[in-house]
Amino acid sequence: MQKATLGRVYVWEIPVRFYHWLNAFSLVVLCVTGYLIGAPLAIQQASEASYAYWFGKVRFLHFVFAYIFFFNFLFRIYWGFVGNRYASWKNFIPYRKQQWKEFKQVVAVDLLQANNQPIETIGHNAVAGITYFLTFLAFLFQCITGFGLYAAMSKAWFPKLFAWIVPLMGGDFAVRQWHHAFMWFFILFALVHVYIVFYHDYVEGRGEISSMGSGWKFIEKEYHPLLKNPPGSPSKKP
Amino acid sequence: MPAQARPTIWEHAQSKGVSRRDFLTACAWMTAMLGLPVSAVAEVTKALETKPRLPVLWFHFQECTCCSESFIRSSHPGVADIILDKISLDYTETLMAGSGHQAEDALHDTMTKYKGEYLMLVEGSVPTAEGGVYCCIGGRTALDILQEAAAGAKAVVCWGSCASNGCVQAAKPNPTKATPIHQLITGVPIIKVPGCPPIAEVMTGTIVHLLTFDRIPQLDGLGRPKAFYSRRVHDTCYRRPNYDAGLFVNSFDDENAKRGYCLYKMGCRGPVTYNACGVMRWNGGVSFPIQSGHGCIGCSEGNFWDNGPFYRHLPSFPGFGIETTADKVGVVAGAVTLAGIAAHAISTNIRKGHLIKEEKAASEDVLDGRAEQGGS
Repeated sequence: MQKATLGRVYVWEIPVRFYHWLNAFSLVVLCVTGYLIGAPLAIQQASEASYAYWFGKVRFLHFVFAYIFFFNFLFRIYWGFVGNRYASWKNFIPYRKQQWKEFKQVVAVDLLQANNQPIETIGHNAVAGITYFLTFLAFLFQCITGFGLYAAMSKAWFPKLFAWIVPLMGGDFAVRQWHHAFMWFFILFALVHVYIVFYHDYVEGRGEISSMGSGWKFIEKEYHPLLKNPPGSPSKKP
Repeated sequence: MPAQARPTIWEHAQSKGVSRRDFLTACAWMTAMLGLPVSAVAEVTKALETKPRLPVLWFHFQECTCCSESFIRSSHPGVADIILDKISLDYTETLMAGSGHQAEDALHDTMTKYKGEYLMLVEGSVPTAEGGVYCCIGGRTALDILQEAAAGAKAVVCWGSCASNGCVQAAKPNPTKATPIHQLITGVPIIKVPGCPPIAEVMTGTIVHLLTFDRIPQLDGLGRPKAFYSRRVHDTCYRRPNYDAGLFVNSFDDENAKRGYCLYKMGCRGPVTYNACGVMRWNGGVSFPIQSGHGCIGCSEGNFWDNGPFYRHLPSFPGFGIETTADKVGVVAGAVTLAGIAAHAISTNIRKGHLIKEEKAASEDVLDGRAEQGGS
């Protein structure tokens, strides 16, 4: 007998999925173009500068996607206040004791693999939530340092809002250095994130990978009050 | 009031035999120097006709005098114009004729007579370790002199990177605790004119601005005059089109270096350095480092000595020793992460294998159950 039958739960709403993929795409573009800006390819050619603009285009892409990334990020923060319970900001900021309890549990089960205690979370588990919170802080740092550097070469008012970071960090050089170093945070994050998604799908079979496409996850009925007691059933309210 | 008793700049010029025509020519030069339109010539002229010569005290602390060396090479306006006609340079260790008690008296006279009116120029940082003993003049520490003189100054101009951000003396490990001026004095407007040294015309231009308008020029977030420090060397570099075209010098002896391509990959600090080198250039507009085939070393930016090596764009990553850039740290961290992932994946199959097997068996059971139901 299968120990539990699964029920479909709508976890990731369309705005969350849209945010996720736009964010993922922006990050890839930003990392690739950003790396190229830091270490441009050695293209040997004998043409006049007026015939080529590839490096300018790389930088242009970086700036365009910086804007997309920033406003997408802003939108996600907004959605943290109006979205469903899985999208809520409450998942990300570890202000409840229960979150730290679950944090330890997830570390024991998934990272150290000390036991096979089931984890009841349906959306982000505590470790994921806290990690994403740190990621959001890194997003913020990259936006501030990036637009701070960009402010000097732009006439627009928006990047000027971030110009204060330059004197604070002591000059463009330091800002640029840290902006570059933080790129590696995103690369490492992406590696681990993709692996863990595969891991969860493989071990739990809840449809972790496809959930960011369809929005649905398959959850053991015993862990979900609504699945256990559907609204139509005579038992008590969830 | 001593201010009224002093002759104006125009009166002083007349006493030296300067004709009206030459005076107006000088006013026009200054206007152009400040980046002002022709319509402002009248305003500058009026200011120089009515303002008395500005008493100036120029201090030398922990420094190499390269700022003075640069200053005396100013061509527009000429340094003689500035020192002899426009200001009254009452004290400066390297250029004054007097010495010893005579010099100290001149300093003291100006500080008491023109309290609140004199302009203070500071060249060099101030060492603060061991009570400031690493720089003493006339038996007093630089810190002591600075604080006394700054208290009565109208404004303080920090000449060069030493006074503005510490420069080489403040580079790690900074044994004398060399400190830039803005960290030591308060209550006086401070103008930073960084560079090692600053461009001569930028120095004279800053003085002329103070002289003409009697107010602090517009400053940026780091306290530098916007007229000279609002753009990066990169933005005004004549090699910039090569940067946008992706045409880079890869080594100092390659074909691209001969063609004059962008020096970005050679560690040029132009993109992170705010200065007027690309526009004003040096030695009367003859050249500047990039024009001479060498990248900018960012001498007007804070910590430029510690942001090395000069020939690489990414600095050594703090805490990981020399020659270790953020990219090297990143690649190693990435490899470690991948190794961790591989180890975790193997562990998963060992530790969670039976769990997955059970699930698979259970699902087989379900299928079998359905098959039986369908068969019956």
